[in-house]
Amino acid sequence: MAKFRLPANSRIQPGRRHSTSVGVKNVKVLKVYRWSPDQGGNPRLDTYEIDRDSCGPMVLDALIKIKNELDSTLTFRRSCREGVCGSCAMNIAGRNTLACTKPIDEIEGEIRVYPLPSLPVIKDLVPDMTHFYAQYASIKPWLQAKTPAPSNRERLQSQEDRAKLDGLYECILCACCTTGCPSWWWNSKRYLGPAALLQSQRWLVDSRDEATGERLDDLEDSFKLYRCHTIMNCTEVCPKGLNPAQAIARIKGRLLARG
Amino acid sequence: MSFRTPLKQALGLGASHSGTSRWWAQRVSSVALVPLLIWLIIGMVHHGGADYAGARAWLGSPVTAVLAILALVASFYHGALGMQIIVEDYVGHETVRLVLVVLVKFAAVVFAVAGIFAVLLVALGD
Repeated sequence: MAKFRLPANSRIQPGRRHSTSVGVKNVKVLKVYRWSPDQGGNPRLDTYEIDRDSCGPMVLDALIKIKNELDSTLTFRRSCREGVCGSCAMNIAGRNTLACTKPIDEIEGEIRVYPLPSLPVIKDLVPDMTHFYAQYASIKPWLQAKTPAPSNRERLQSQEDRAKLDGLYECILCACCTTGCPSWWWNSKRYLGPAALLQSQRWLVDSRDEATGERLDDLEDSFKLYRCHTIMNCTEVCPKGLNPAQAIARIKGRLLARG
Repeated sequence: MSFRTPLKQALGLGASHSGTSRWWAQRVSSVALVPLLIWLIIGMVHHGGADYAGARAWLGSPVTAVLAILALVASFYHGALGMQIIVEDYVGHETVRLVLVVLVKFAAVVFAVAGIFAVLLVALGD
């Protein structure tokens, strides 16, 4: 049965309060999900008060400030700090997004920061992405062609055909869309989810790929593909502005055209 | 420890190579239901307070009887497809899921046949 309530050991309890030094005029409050495998127990929500005036503009800046100045035990992934690597995907103020491109000032009041939903938590804001990556690998996200590549140059593609990859190739696999999809919450074992399906479409439309039929064969399934009920949370949250819902609809259209 | 690789688990039993026809049937039946249900609602509003003789006169017309039967078939067909998807969405236990899907289909057929029989009884009855 789909679970509509967190299991007893996942329910969040009130946590500690970490205040910044007195005399700060512009205080911003962050409430951050904390859980450590070393301590066990239930997760808790710690409160951090930071000086907004000495903090950078993005939520990631606030998290780094907390780690540097208030609580070095806070654990999160981050790398590029400019929305290219997808490491700092998390649930901020109720929406999956990248901490590095989410401005603090866009959020009124306290900022709630949780790990991406529906994934097992490794520690604090770090979720276990293993199954997400395995689903991506299962769609064979590489060029498959029986015709050997020309010996003296790369496989050519017209500018029009290259343009068909726009809106697909930009995906950074941050998992904001897939972990924001209720259908994936209920059936993640079998439903591939928006990110893997957007990448499927990326290879289906590639003019150089010769495995289109096999790819469609591997997708045609009531669970792998058709669990998408066009809820469209994926398109709503994508921090890169991509449209996985449309990509999935195009895959369904191709299967229909094949008959 | 299961010692299965993540890819092994993601691949599962592989693709069933079906599902497109079911998905398309749901879309087509929904399109068919748009005019049928508009017609049915208008008919209900017009003949809602009628007595048995009045209802018989309405349902006795071949056009009305055929449209009513079509509305019943399309509704229960579309409904069964939708209920199956809801069951598959929310019921994780494989056996329970299978039993519920079969029950949904049985119920849809029973109600559709009962409805058609009722229409014929009124339309063709003496």
